[in-house]
Amino acid sequence: MNAWASKWGGWLEERLGWRAAVRLLEHKEVPVHRHSIWYYFGGMTLFLFVVQVCTGILLLLYYRPSAETAFESVEFIMTQVQFGWLIRSIHSWSANLMIGTAFVHMFSALFLRSFRRPRELTWVSGALLLFLSLCFGFSGYLLPWNKLAFFATKVGTDIAGIVPLIGPFLLRFLRGGDEVTGATLTRFFGFHVAILPAIATVLVSVHIYLVQKHGMSTPPSVDADKVPKMKFIPDFLLRDLVGWLTAVTVLAVLAAIFPWELGEKADPFSPAPAGIKPEWYFVYMFQTLKYIPSKILGIDGEVLGIMFFGFLGLLLIITPFISPREPRTGRRSLLPIAGILVLLYIIVLSALAYRT
Amino acid sequence: MWQQLLLVMLVSPAPAQPAQKAVESSCVRCHLAMGDPLAEPVKLSAQDIHFQNGLSCNACHGGDPTKDALEEAMNPRKGFVAHPLRKQIATLCASCHSNADFMKKYNPQARVDQHSEYLTSVHGKKNQAGDPNVATCTDCHGVHGIRAVGDPNSPVYVTNVAATCGRCHSDVKRMGSYGIPTDQQEQYSKSVHGVALMKQRDLSAPACNSCHGNHGATPPGVDSVANVCGQCHVTQEGLFKQSPHSKAFAENKWPGCVTCHQNHLVVRPTDAMLGVEETATCAACHDRGSPGYVAAQKMKSEITNLQTRLDSAKQVLERAQRAGMEVSSPIYQLSEARDRLVLARVQIHGFTPAILQKTTAEGESIAAQCEQSGWQAIAELAYRRKGLAVSAAILLCMIGLLLLKIRQLKT
Repeated sequence: MNAWASKWGGWLEERLGWRAAVRLLEHKEVPVHRHSIWYYFGGMTLFLFVVQVCTGILLLLYYRPSAETAFESVEFIMTQVQFGWLIRSIHSWSANLMIGTAFVHMFSALFLRSFRRPRELTWVSGALLLFLSLCFGFSGYLLPWNKLAFFATKVGTDIAGIVPLIGPFLLRFLRGGDEVTGATLTRFFGFHVAILPAIATVLVSVHIYLVQKHGMSTPPSVDADKVPKMKFIPDFLLRDLVGWLTAVTVLAVLAAIFPWELGEKADPFSPAPAGIKPEWYFVYMFQTLKYIPSKILGIDGEVLGIMFFGFLGLLLIITPFISPREPRTGRRSLLPIAGILVLLYIIVLSALAYRT
Repeated sequence: MWQQLLLVMLVSPAPAQPAQKAVESSCVRCHLAMGDPLAEPVKLSAQDIHFQNGLSCNACHGGDPTKDALEEAMNPRKGFVAHPLRKQIATLCASCHSNADFMKKYNPQARVDQHSEYLTSVHGKKNQAGDPNVATCTDCHGVHGIRAVGDPNSPVYVTNVAATCGRCHSDVKRMGSYGIPTDQQEQYSKSVHGVALMKQRDLSAPACNSCHGNHGATPPGVDSVANVCGQCHVTQEGLFKQSPHSKAFAENKWPGCVTCHQNHLVVRPTDAMLGVEETATCAACHDRGSPGYVAAQKMKSEITNLQTRLDSAKQVLERAQRAGMEVSSPIYQLSEARDRLVLARVQIHGFTPAILQKTTAEGESIAAQCEQSGWQAIAELAYRRKGLAVSAAILLCMIGLLLLKIRQLKT
């Protein structure tokens, strides 16, 4: 057996040079300190992304992307296909958990200042991946073509239409016309299964490559030279596996006890259901737009709201370039305070939206 | 000028011509100057459909509005009539409203048969006989300030009809000499029709005139009751006419529908009306053991069985749905069984169990299938939970083993 493995291993090594990658992983180390727990959220997000890809491919076997067939095909998956309900529920729950872990990963990297030189591009690629996850969520939400998704997409694309200068173009581009129709569904399907995955593949590859190249960042409060380290393989990977298996258990429980609802088929001529809300990760923005006065200094309130969130998104991407390298001794950095304020804002506004 | 008189008294759609200002005339100038009550007709004219279409006072009252002198403007030789007699009012209105050529200028779809219908009505006949207490055109439509029938403020707008009829028909003193009851409006307002029209604002629900006619108002005779109700309840009428009741009712001179459903106080029918219990109307006529008694019992049992089957299926499906199972398809399918129940309730009016048995059998079969789907969903749920327990146990074992391995590596 060993001789056989060695023979084929040699054959592959000659052609692929894969042992270099193994050696790299064998030498890879992870710092061990009181903040190490946050390192696991990157791997967890990646794991959930893989779950998304696998379950998404399985759903593609039955899903039919048109206004006439989408709802019925998802209904078929949920009721007729063997374990279809499980695959769809895991896909939906995993999407939400992935966005949740991506947010945790982003905030932990922000508070631990993991974006410091030379990891600026690691941060930028990560921030772009977070936005991409939101795009995945927005485009995937419409695909079952149910009433809630239809009207949430209508409201969401209406908001996109308010963006100054490019708004009307953006609205038509997203909808494939003036209204949310079957053309929008086909278009969102294209975004969800082709365009966004292609971009995600590139960004995930860059992000992982950069993490491997620069290694795990040590927080400024920890002395990088004296911090103990553990081997990535097997110590860190085994702990990662524990996290991933826990995630699978949670997904199984959620899917079996709270299968993702299908709702009613979308009907463009029916009135919008009462209390319509977007997915939880957009709710704080939606709630903000509700509170903004219709006119501020003669400018449309919603336009200002969109510009405000656009500005925040831009700030997030360029954080490594605008943040001071190290806080001056004896002075508190503004960054964690700003981060906590943003986090509080998201939590409070989301809570207000769900309370009403 | 007389021909231009009461132009669009009963024009429900919008007038064919745009609204115009009332014609400036000596009538308007003088009556306004004299103050109330003589100015009131002029003030009301702003909302009057005739004035809005360019007609003025002289269209009904005659005279010459171009003259300022009282003697000339209100000259009887020029057709001036201050107060048309009640007996003449219908003819006065008809001079325009029965003139198809004239009316079509304002509304090509306007009716022109109101006067001839009125003459066949109890109101019309008594009016022509000189009875001053019966209704004529102005009693229902108003005198000055007549609005189009489609105007919600018109006294003959569909939701105002009961109150307009009730002004006279609920007046005990006025109705005393005719020997007719005065509780019709009160009963109607409590009926399923009255509630639908007046409270729920369902404009398709019937008002007094839907059954009695408006210009040809008359009490429906015993023979014509089913015809009247059948204007809306077509299927029930058809079934009733072919039923054993049709002949029996005719022989005994019992009025059709109202024998079971009453007339003005038509309440929402329930299944309790059917069968042989105390609440059932069937039991009022059919003696125990008679064919009618047996048929009523059978029909009640058919309806009750289907209702029970429907409730049971609904309960099971709701239980599955609350547990998060996808059962929207059988829930939708169950509405077909509910439709069968509605149809069976209509088919009762054939008063023959065989007519509704096919429908209830179909309904029960659909409901049974839906219930079966609900039970399958509940069984599937139990299977999923077992599967979850097994897979969670395996996963937790794997996690435990990994933790042991990590501990081993630490040491």
